[in-house]
Amino acid sequence: MGEMEQLRKEAESLKDEITAARKAVQDLTLQDHVAGTAVVGRVQLKTRKTLRGHLSKIYAVHWGDSKLCVSASQDGKLIVWDSYTTNKVHAIPLKSSWVMTCAYAPSGNMVACGGLDNMCSIYNLKGKDGNVKVMRELAAHTGYLSCCRFLNDNEIITSSGDCTCVLWDIETGSQKTVFAGHLGDCMSLGVAPDFNTFISGACDFTAKLWDIRDGQCRQTFGGHESDINAIGFFPNGNAVITGSDDASCKLYDLRSDQELITYQDSGIMCGVTSLAPSFSGRLILAGYDDFNCNIWDSLKAERVGVLSGHDNRVSCIGVTPDGMACCTGSWDSFLKIWN
Amino acid sequence: MSSNSNLSTMKRTVEQLKLEASVDRIKVSQAAADLQQYCLQNASKDALLVGVPAASNPFREPRSCALL
Repeated sequence: MGEMEQLRKEAESLKDEITAARKAVQDLTLQDHVAGTAVVGRVQLKTRKTLRGHLSKIYAVHWGDSKLCVSASQDGKLIVWDSYTTNKVHAIPLKSSWVMTCAYAPSGNMVACGGLDNMCSIYNLKGKDGNVKVMRELAAHTGYLSCCRFLNDNEIITSSGDCTCVLWDIETGSQKTVFAGHLGDCMSLGVAPDFNTFISGACDFTAKLWDIRDGQCRQTFGGHESDINAIGFFPNGNAVITGSDDASCKLYDLRSDQELITYQDSGIMCGVTSLAPSFSGRLILAGYDDFNCNIWDSLKAERVGVLSGHDNRVSCIGVTPDGMACCTGSWDSFLKIWN
Repeated sequence: MSSNSNLSTMKRTVEQLKLEASVDRIKVSQAAADLQQYCLQNASKDALLVGVPAASNPFREPRSCALL
């Protein structure tokens, strides 16, 4: 038997081993466990604010704290909003208008964005003269920048259409770690609440959990039947939620290493573009291609609400750190704040 | 030679699968219980779940009542 054939057999046998090991701990399903729990009551959120100012499709939004958020639009602007007053704190013109993602640093000192320019541009919001300028351009990806998230003021993680994720040193502009393993474009990433790991969702239909410091992929989760467009951590860091072009969302538990539940409905036939859990994790808000955002009871997997109000695809969604409100961004050029 | 790079790719795949196979797994019953408990413990602080009174909602303008 050739070495290649031997390795192929070994790989197949290991995959079977993983499947069996996951089944071996499945003493109960999540559905069984919550059988006695009631579904949450109907959730009816109202639009409290509409943030107007972008001139084109909005592709991304990210909360910095529970008041300030940054949005990115293909009108070539990043706007930092005070969501309480709807005032624009900063309107930052971009070199490339083909932006696909944006991020706010936890410190509030910086924002980042990137897209079809294959770069992640870092902007300093707290410059001495008050002007917002490009601080660093992180270039090395050979594909589009799909998502970026700051770890701190000197480190940021990016995901790319080149199938890799990268941890960067912002000061030196260099790649500290390349996370390779996905077999398709990486579309989205999420950082764990403890900042030790991150998750990525890709066009190979899988989600991967990565150790930030040693660069290893620790776990891989399959089951989706199409591209994963959106990914996020359950608030306690022990589970991962994904949203896919296959019209479903899934919850994967990290410690039992398997999918626990799928959020789908025969009436929903369009892709999930974005998702965010509520503060307790009991609700999952997911944006879809059909212009709506569905609210799911995360434990009972039933739809308990809908946010309708956008006139085009909901491309991005985010819940404030204090859980007080969620923000949806749309191709209709508006952001809406709901609670 | 492409067959060499295919071989090394396959070796890496096998090594990665060995790593993923070796992860410790807890029982689903425990994972489910912990998820549910987290939801319950934090439910009262989840504004989107339980609602927020108008007076303490930072996104609503405080309105004064006109007494007619």
